[in-house]
Amino acid sequence: MRLSYPTNIKIVKVPCTGRVDIIHILKAFEGGADGVCLVGCLEGDCHYLRGNLRARKRVEHVKLLLEESGIGKERVAMHNLSSAQGQRFAEIAREMTEKIRALGPNPARKTG
Amino acid sequence: MIVANRKPFEEIIEMLKPYSKILLLGCNECVTVCATGGAKEVSVLASEIRLFRQKEGQPVEIKELTLERNCDTEYVESLKPAINDYEVAISMACGCGIQFVGEHYRDKLVLPAVDTTFYGVAEEQGVWTERCQGCGACVLDKTLGICPVTRCAKSIFNGPCGGSQGGKCEVNKETPCAWQLIVDRYKEMNMLEKYLEIQPMKNWSTSRDGGPRKRVREDLKL
Repeated sequence: MRLSYPTNIKIVKVPCTGRVDIIHILKAFEGGADGVCLVGCLEGDCHYLRGNLRARKRVEHVKLLLEESGIGKERVAMHNLSSAQGQRFAEIAREMTEKIRALGPNPARKTG
Repeated sequence: MIVANRKPFEEIIEMLKPYSKILLLGCNECVTVCATGGAKEVSVLASEIRLFRQKEGQPVEIKELTLERNCDTEYVESLKPAINDYEVAISMACGCGIQFVGEHYRDKLVLPAVDTTFYGVAEEQGVWTERCQGCGACVLDKTLGICPVTRCAKSIFNGPCGGSQGGKCEVNKETPCAWQLIVDRYKEMNMLEKYLEIQPMKNWSTSRDGGPRKRVREDLKL
């Protein structure tokens, strides 16, 4: 399965999406990311039982914080996939890239 | 613990408008436990402020500092080397901590980033409820562990009032009637005869009504 997805996506590996904290997502935006997408296991299939469910709640909370700070909630998303869904991962990566490209660059990105 | 809520972001941003070098303080005690102003919440608020100000083209430098306690001189004094490097301090500690830091550094403004709300408990993960108002004269022995001062909206001592319906308070249908809880507890403990005792008027001078309170233990003073 030689699938391709946009090269501008940087993958950060974590043992479980439950490891991803609110501050990690905010730091990505501070570091100049234009968008952040969490990809967790399918709901109900978490090896740690509730990691992906907790991540989803955090993503919802981060959306509020991003709205407050003027970055915009559309720049963060969460998807649930199994490791057998490479095809869907590539699709999501393309969709997310297109969506973020339409929104334009991160308004808090440092210039120069 | 003392429970607080973070102030609305717009309010915080407005307070910080004139400043570009900010000291953001947290506290390792109550506000950490109620997930409002510990090191984690300090880092999230700092990040949010930096993002907002960067977007507005007015970048800020923020120093994040979480003290063990903001209500004890020995910890507050540890701010000395840092505080003068910043134009202003904004604190996520409770109202006591915010004031105490300000009292120690008279030439600095210490702004509040939280609204301090009540003394409470963590009923479950992410849910805090009020239990005590610090009235200065505890009656929990008479009411078998349910505080009528705090948990009854009217703080009445011979309840319930006419607003108690189906065990709930008229103020909010999700709030249990404190006096219903007390009567249920009397029954549970086989002490219903205690309900017949009429409580005299409470002397509120030990509470806030008597003005700010002070406690001194001579044996501990240096």
